[in-house]
Formats: sequence, C-alpha cells, structure tokens
Amino acid sequence: MTARTLFDKIWDAHVVDRMGDGTCVLYIDRHLVHEVTSPQAFEGLRLAGRKVRRTDATIAVADHNVPTEDRSHGIAEPESRLQVETLVRNVADFGVPYIPVTDARQGIVHIIGPEQGLSLPGMTIVCGDSHTSTHGAMGALAFGIGTSEVEHVLATQTLLQKPAKNMLVRVDGALPPGCTAKDIILAIIGRIGTAGGTGHVIEYAGEAIRALDMAGRMTVCNMSIEAGARAGLIAPDETTFSYIAGRPYAPKGEAFDEAVAYWRTLPTDDGAHYDKTVVLNAADIVPQVSWGTSPEAVVPITGAVPDPAAEPDEARRAQLQRMLDYMGLAAGQALAGLKVDVVFIGSCTNARIEDLRAAAAVAAGKHVAQNVRALVVPGSGLVKAQAEKEGLDKIFRDAGFEWREAGCSMCLGMNPDKLTPGQRCASTSNRNFEGRQGPGGRTHLLSPAMAAAAAVTGALVDVRELA
Amino acid sequence: MDKFSLLTATAAPLNLANVDTDKIIPARFLKTIKRTGLGKDLFWSLRYNEDGSEKPDFVLNQPKYRGAQILIAGENFGCGSSREHAPWALLDFGICCIIAPSFADIFHGNCFKNGILPIALPAEICAELMNDAALGPNARLTIDLENQVVIRPDGTRITFEVDAFRKHCLLNGLDDIGLTLAHAPAIDAYEARQPAWQPAITGV
Repeated sequence: MTARTLFDKIWDAHVVDRMGDGTCVLYIDRHLVHEVTSPQAFEGLRLAGRKVRRTDATIAVADHNVPTEDRSHGIAEPESRLQVETLVRNVADFGVPYIPVTDARQGIVHIIGPEQGLSLPGMTIVCGDSHTSTHGAMGALAFGIGTSEVEHVLATQTLLQKPAKNMLVRVDGALPPGCTAKDIILAIIGRIGTAGGTGHVIEYAGEAIRALDMAGRMTVCNMSIEAGARAGLIAPDETTFSYIAGRPYAPKGEAFDEAVAYWRTLPTDDGAHYDKTVVLNAADIVPQVSWGTSPEAVVPITGAVPDPAAEPDEARRAQLQRMLDYMGLAAGQALAGLKVDVVFIGSCTNARIEDLRAAAAVAAGKHVAQNVRALVVPGSGLVKAQAEKEGLDKIFRDAGFEWREAGCSMCLGMNPDKLTPGQRCASTSNRNFEGRQGPGGRTHLLSPAMAAAAAVTGALVDVRELA
Repeated sequence: MDKFSLLTATAAPLNLANVDTDKIIPARFLKTIKRTGLGKDLFWSLRYNEDGSEKPDFVLNQPKYRGAQILIAGENFGCGSSREHAPWALLDFGICCIIAPSFADIFHGNCFKNGILPIALPAEICAELMNDAALGPNARLTIDLENQVVIRPDGTRITFEVDAFRKHCLLNGLDDIGLTLAHAPAIDAYEARQPAWQPAITGV
C-alpha cells in the first residue's frame, strides 16, 4: 500500500462517493455553527423544506456579535441582537444543540470545540468561519466554509470537494526562551506569504511543534488560513490523547481506548509524498510583530519596517507604501519603542488558559501604562472561570487590565469592542487587515506575552528584555 | 442560482493584490440575516470617506464603471475570512466575473456557489486585461464559459481553465444540495459503518 500522509488518511476515511472527475462526496463528522454565517443557511433549508440531517453532529454557539461586558440584560445593539435571536430561533426550529450566551460553557466556537471534547483526532470538522483550521491541532481535518456550504452540510452532512495538496512545514530544534507558538506561526507566514499555502493542507511537524502543548498547537493551526491554507494539521500523540481524556464529549472507557488505538494509526507514513516542504529552525525564531496590513508583513521585534525604495517590483513597492501609510509608519523605522493605544489579549488564536497565564506572568506586579487601554477577553466562560480560580483575574485587574466576558471581541470589529480611527493596537488576534479591528484601526499582531509587555510599557517591546 | 453562460460587459480595473474579504465587506455589515442588499457596502473603506460620502477616485465610483460586471484584480484575491457576504456583496453590486492571477481557496469556492465565475490567468495576461479595462465601456470583454475563453476588445481569445464539475453547475445554475442528495444511499451506508466510539452530541 502506498505511504499516505495524515491528511490523505483522514480524507480517504471520509469519502462517501467519488464522481468521475474526482470530486468527492466527503462526510463531515462535526459541524460547528455560529450566528453570523448561518441565518441564510437555515433560511435556505426552510425554503426547500429540508431538515438538519444530523443534529447530533452539530452544535451552535453565538460568539462574534456578543458584547463582552455584563450580558444579563441581553444585547443592546439591535442588529446584533436580531442575529443572535435568529440563531436561537433556528436551533429551536431545527433541533440543533445550542450553548446559550448565558451558559458557563459559552465562548468562541474554536475554543469550545476542543475544550468540550467535541473536536477529536481523525474527524472532519467544518464551520462557517475560516479559523476552523484551529481544530487541526487535534489531528482532525478542519476547515472553514461559506454559508452555502453550511446549508449543504446541514442538509446532507457532506460536502462536495476535491482533495487539497499536501504541504509539510517542519520546525526543527527547540524554541528559544521568550518565544511561543504565536512566534512560530507568524515566522512561518512571514516566510511563505499569505498565499504560500493556497490549495494545500499544511501539516506542521518537527521537534518544536511536538514540544508544544495543545494550546500552542491550536495557535499554530489557527493561523494556517493566514498562510492561505484552508487547513493545518498536527499528528495526534500522547499530548493530544491526555488533553482529550475526560473532556465532556470525549469517548469514555473502552470507547476511548478503541478511539486511541485508531488515532495511533493516523500519523503520516514514512516516505509519504508532500507536494511542498518548508523547513524552519526554531533556534532562529525571535518574538515576532506584524508591521503592515497583511499577516505576512511581519518582522522580529528586533527588526525594522522595510523600505519600499528597496523593492524592485513596482506593484509590490506601491503595496508596501500603502501599508506604511495606513499604519502611520516610516520606511526603516524600528518597531521596538512604537507607542500603542490599545492592547487586546483574546481571540480564537490566543484566549486559552495557557495564553492568559503567559500574559499574567508578564503583567504581575506591574501596571498598564498611562493612556493605554488593555483588554483581556477569555476564550470561553470555562477559561474565565479557570483563570479566576488561579487568581489571574486579580493579577490583570490589579495591573489595570479590563477583565471581560468570553467572545470574539476586538478581533473583528463586529461587536462593541472596536478600535477608533488611528488607534494603534498590540493584538494577540490573527488579522491585521485594514479596518479589521475597527475602521482606521492599526493592528500589530504578536504573542500574549508580547502583548502584556506592550501594555505595561506602553509601547512595542521585546518581552525578553523585561525583568 | 442564476445560470452563467455568455457575458459581454464593462470590466473595472482594481489593481490591488491581496484584497481580503474584510476589504470587500467589513464585519460590521455582516449582521444581516439576508443575502441581498450588501452591494451598497461593497469595498466600503475604498469606496467611501468616513462621513459616508463617495471617494470619486475609486474605480467603481467612476461613472464609466458603475455598471461594470467584470472585475480585474491583483493576486490572492479574496483572502482571509470565509464570509460568503463577500461574493453576495459583489453580486448585489452587479459583478459576476472576477479575473485575477490567483484567488484564495474559500472565496474561490464561494463564488461558484453564487453564480460568480472566478477566472485565474497569468499575471502578464491580467496586466493586459487591466489595460483593456482602463478604457472603460468602450472596451467591453466577453466571457464565454462554455468554450472557456475571454475575448478581448480587439478580438484576441484567451483560454482559461475551470473545474469541469463547477463549470457544469454554473452553466446549468444547479443547486449542489440537490445533486448531493442523489447520493443519499451512499451517505446512509457510510453512516451505518461509522465507528461506535465517535460520540454523538446529545444532552447539551
């Protein structure tokens, strides 16, 4: 039998039918639904008189629109309220399991999937959200889909797809102190570019990836889409299995043993073919910060903003200049020392308990700089509760951070947490596009530790220099 | 979904690379529960000033391009968020064909689900089409999906690749769900052999 990659194995195990031209009917094991990309899908089902094929493989939660302040009085903004109310009505009409906004388990869909044991190795997982790639950290094939495909999965539990190509990103060696999973993925995107993974599924491997805990692996897989890949994958191992054991929806007892036995067959076979391979040395990685309005516009914190004059290609030169103008930066300017107005610690990239611990370790005993607004937004109600049990909320509050309720918050400018025009933000989120965090807002992507360091110093700073 | 067959229309040049779906339609406009009406918010930050007035220089605000149905754009068009609101907004404005050197995967797939034809052509050919488009309505392009050719104003024919299955769906305006439901017996059989350890989501 030919040697297969992790992706090949999961794909093959989910092909229901194959058409003459290679298009496959691919079975979907888990479908995560949220309020923004589902209303038109449910409406489509209604108009066609269709049902949800497998309500027991589907789960819904509201996260993008929800305010992250006290929610006991509901959502004030009428359009956001209507969208969440529409989800509540749809899940009731179609019998889809739903975690209410007031439930302790509510949170960002990509945080709660793994947290609840809903996302498991070897599964196919989809959601109407590009950061579904996060769940690939479990060793699952997980990717974002549009609303038409949301409707397709609701109606048929399948998708019509052709297999992606295989890409291997190997990170050899050990990560230096002060560097995190976020620095790994930003460095990868900086290397391969925002279209580097287009048409591919990226498998992350190598010693530095193996050494990451599950939270770190989720951060890496989360931003696969920022490298153009629909999905990122990490082979399941003992770290994965011990993370899953005992989670609410994970298999129990004999079923768990049976599952683990299967999961052990998933890692890529020796000699399997990758269409593309990229190798990085972890030892070369330095804490990363984005400077522009594309996630590939990233440099080490010790570096400087590029000079468009040095770019020979005219279109690229114009693009660099446009980014500098939008970001309010000068060619060749150092990033360290750049003053920030807002610090955002949260999002499906970096709002797990491990991320909050890393930020709290930097913030402990210090205070948020004058004129800086700093927000900590846990990824779920359960992450929040755990952080409070560990006293992290007190560390953050004492240091002058806002301690908020779970949700997507300032990652995407869709709920009340937004930047105002011209504001500069050190953010642990995933996208620095123009206007992403609010019209005119300027985003610098970085790790939770680097974000906390920016909060307490009031400027972008190398966290390794902070005592 | 409307059928896509032969289109002769004005093409608007948007010479920007990495146009992300936040740029096509910012998140604050995603609160709608409908598919329609998003055309007015298309390319909001490129198209409008903060006070809501139009930026006269932006290509789609120029009188000659207001009726454009084809967009010529830079590489990696549609990167970022999976929001289908991006193709909905383009379609609502009137754009039903986009030509660029490359597209992001999710956006590319979403276009086909909505009757929009994304055509990937080499960068140097896109540059020529960008020049054609600069001539405005005097230089309309023809898109012949059946024969997979773009016909330039001077009559030059440029062939393009398109996935055979997606082409078939687009030409016939077919609903994917209807096609997939023809495989229902295979889906039933697949479900019957799913492993027992795979937990169902019940009692949430």
